[in-house]
Amino acid sequence: MASVIEPEALEMLVSVLRRRGYRVLGPTVRDGAVVYADLASAADLPIGWKDVQEPGSYRLERRDDDARFGYAVGPHSWKQFLFPPRLRLWAASRTENGFEVTPDPPPDRPLALIGVRACELHGIAIQDTVFLGGAHTDDEYAARRKDAFIVAVNCFEPAGTCFCVSMGTGPKAESGYDLALTEVMDGPHRLVAEAGSDRGAEVLAELPHRDATGSDVDAAASAVAGAAEKMGRSVDTDDLPGLLSRNLEHARWDDVADRCLTCGNCTMVCPTCFCSGVEDHTDLAGEQAERVRVWDSCFGIDHSHMHGGAIRPSGRSRYRQWLTHKFGTWHDQFGSSGCIGCGRCIAWCPVGIDVTEELAAIRFDEEASP
Amino acid sequence: MKSIAELVAEAPLFADLPPDRLELISGCGQNVHFADGETLFREDTPADTFYLLRHGSVTLETYVPGRGSITIETLGAGDVVGWSWLFPPYRWYFDGRALELVRAVEFDTTCLRDKLETDPALGYDLMSRFAQVLRERLRGTRLRLLDVYGDVLSG
Amino acid sequence: MATFSPAEAPAEGRAMTPRPFAVVHRRREAPGIWTLELEPVDGEPLRPLPGQFTMVYAFGIGEVALSVSGVRDGRLIHTVAAVGAVTTAICASRPGTVLGVRGPLGNSWPLERAQGSDVVVVAGGVGLAPLRGALRHLLANRGEYGELVLLYGSRSPAGVLYRAELERWRRLGMSVDVIVDAAGPEWPGQVGFVTELIPPARFDPDASVAMVCGPEIMMTHCARALLDRGIAAEDVYVSLERSMRCGTGHCGHCQLGPTLVCRDGPVYTYDRVAPALHVREL
Repeated sequence: MASVIEPEALEMLVSVLRRRGYRVLGPTVRDGAVVYADLASAADLPIGWKDVQEPGSYRLERRDDDARFGYAVGPHSWKQFLFPPRLRLWAASRTENGFEVTPDPPPDRPLALIGVRACELHGIAIQDTVFLGGAHTDDEYAARRKDAFIVAVNCFEPAGTCFCVSMGTGPKAESGYDLALTEVMDGPHRLVAEAGSDRGAEVLAELPHRDATGSDVDAAASAVAGAAEKMGRSVDTDDLPGLLSRNLEHARWDDVADRCLTCGNCTMVCPTCFCSGVEDHTDLAGEQAERVRVWDSCFGIDHSHMHGGAIRPSGRSRYRQWLTHKFGTWHDQFGSSGCIGCGRCIAWCPVGIDVTEELAAIRFDEEASP
Repeated sequence: MKSIAELVAEAPLFADLPPDRLELISGCGQNVHFADGETLFREDTPADTFYLLRHGSVTLETYVPGRGSITIETLGAGDVVGWSWLFPPYRWYFDGRALELVRAVEFDTTCLRDKLETDPALGYDLMSRFAQVLRERLRGTRLRLLDVYGDVLSG
Repeated sequence: MATFSPAEAPAEGRAMTPRPFAVVHRRREAPGIWTLELEPVDGEPLRPLPGQFTMVYAFGIGEVALSVSGVRDGRLIHTVAAVGAVTTAICASRPGTVLGVRGPLGNSWPLERAQGSDVVVVAGGVGLAPLRGALRHLLANRGEYGELVLLYGSRSPAGVLYRAELERWRRLGMSVDVIVDAAGPEWPGQVGFVTELIPPARFDPDASVAMVCGPEIMMTHCARALLDRGIAAEDVYVSLERSMRCGTGHCGHCQLGPTLVCRDGPVYTYDRVAPALHVREL
């Protein structure tokens, strides 16, 4: 049963969530980009902004309306809150019997994420599998994930770098949310809202709303369908893992290696990249120690370092590792693709490497010469 | 332009090879060349060739993760490269790569093994010649194991 | 596409928190190689299976993945080579020093699967340490296995580990062959490379399981030599090593193509990993 809320009701959404004890996070404009940050009020949303994205290029442009969510995705993803870039795991002190370890406590407030795209829901589900789906649980991720309240917002304005349709991750949010909103600009500016959970329904009930009519529902569906038609890019995913495993020595890897700076931007903006490193610190007296977990990137030379050398010393091997993992061996390791088609890696690559183009080049060669 | 038979006759490995055997062996050979850095063969792949180097040099190497490619031996003009074809499982043990432009006679060893099976005398002749090559390589390898220069340098 | 419902979030357990373990015994096996015996400061001892590893923490310095060399009376035994800052600190830990331990992690040697077969164990250098627990198990359950063969290669006589145990294993019914790359006249044993011990070794290739551990290049050549003897690639097991930070499948460092060594390994059948091992810089 869908409802309709006015854009102004978003202010009440923020305060209802805050009153319920959540740390409210959402999109806002900062330094020329739509980023995810603490939301003090709905006035902080990127009202009237859209993003224009191409390989190696991201800029904001003014819309001619005051859409709250009229952009696609920015350089941030929700992983920075569920899997923080720098996090102390524990502190330890020397004792008579050796040492005592005190794990850091979980955050004092659960997270409320406003503005989660359909592709990002899949990104979160993918990281759930990595951090929670194996024999060992990542406790820090679990603590932040388990009570997170998710307000999904369907896309009606994809960017030129988007390819969620190819990856089967959007543009419509199907599950994994507490509330899903679709912003409709056609006719009176409104948002069609659907609850995806009991607590989502409770929160929706606290906002001024009315029942959605047939035409509201149609307008919402049409906005989302429109997004699906406007995909800037596509990927042929047919047997992609097989294609990549058969082409580990393809000349294309040399080609992309000539362009790739191994800067690791792609791994930082990618919502599913999960590699981390560990720093062990101690004070000068050697009495107190701590362990800090930090984001890491397979593009770093030390990522594969072992006994006197890196297994992947060349940029070529590191780019190959990233792309074949994301689209290929992720399936073997975690049972799904690692890519959600958000296109961030394409926009935020300083030299504009386009993963869809790299994959197409390898596939083209294989099909051209069987 | 020399014929394959003339090139084979010039090679130290095949010195004094009787003409009929020379012809038999040459029938399995062809001229090939490799560019600087090009791979001739990869370890653990079928050894269906061996090479008589006429010009240029080849490195026999192996790849160790974390250390990169380690050169085991280098071979040059006049040397033969490849004896894994003589014994089952007929697979290369190491990688071979051209260090510069290489011109060589490449022998099709499937073709050659068939001829050796039907002509034991030819087989014995070829085996003896290769055994001598292996003897020299093995002596060199054993001496290198002794790390003789290390003792001298550290005094 | 996997979905996760918050209610299912697993609770406790702190995968990244080390438990204090005190060094109770320390002995030097070879230049730069030490064996430490550790006991938990409190709580239950670990029960690792042969082949598994732990993450060992030197207070304030760092952590490293170490294969378990055995358990005895509730003690955890690790033979460690001092090759970096952390392993050097661990090797320097005198009895009384408290280290941190997480684990046991990873999978183990196929001791159950090998029942009824001949077992060929091929070790190179410090690679004998991860196999030690398996060798002790094979001998403690002698009746469940056929021929037991240990082929052990080392760089020099000084690097041969567990000499007294090698003798004991011989007496208990295992064929033990030790070979070194180079030696002086004081070494009465064999000199050569460990692959050379494989062709004459006494085992039935149609009914054998092989377990190989050592430097990667040694393992691949030994695996091929075992295949040349007629053992199937699915019956040859190797123990792989890759860079590790977490040991629990979350940090992404130990990937080798389609597998995570800390989670799917470190023990693998050769047929499964041979393709990945042959791709340079994978």
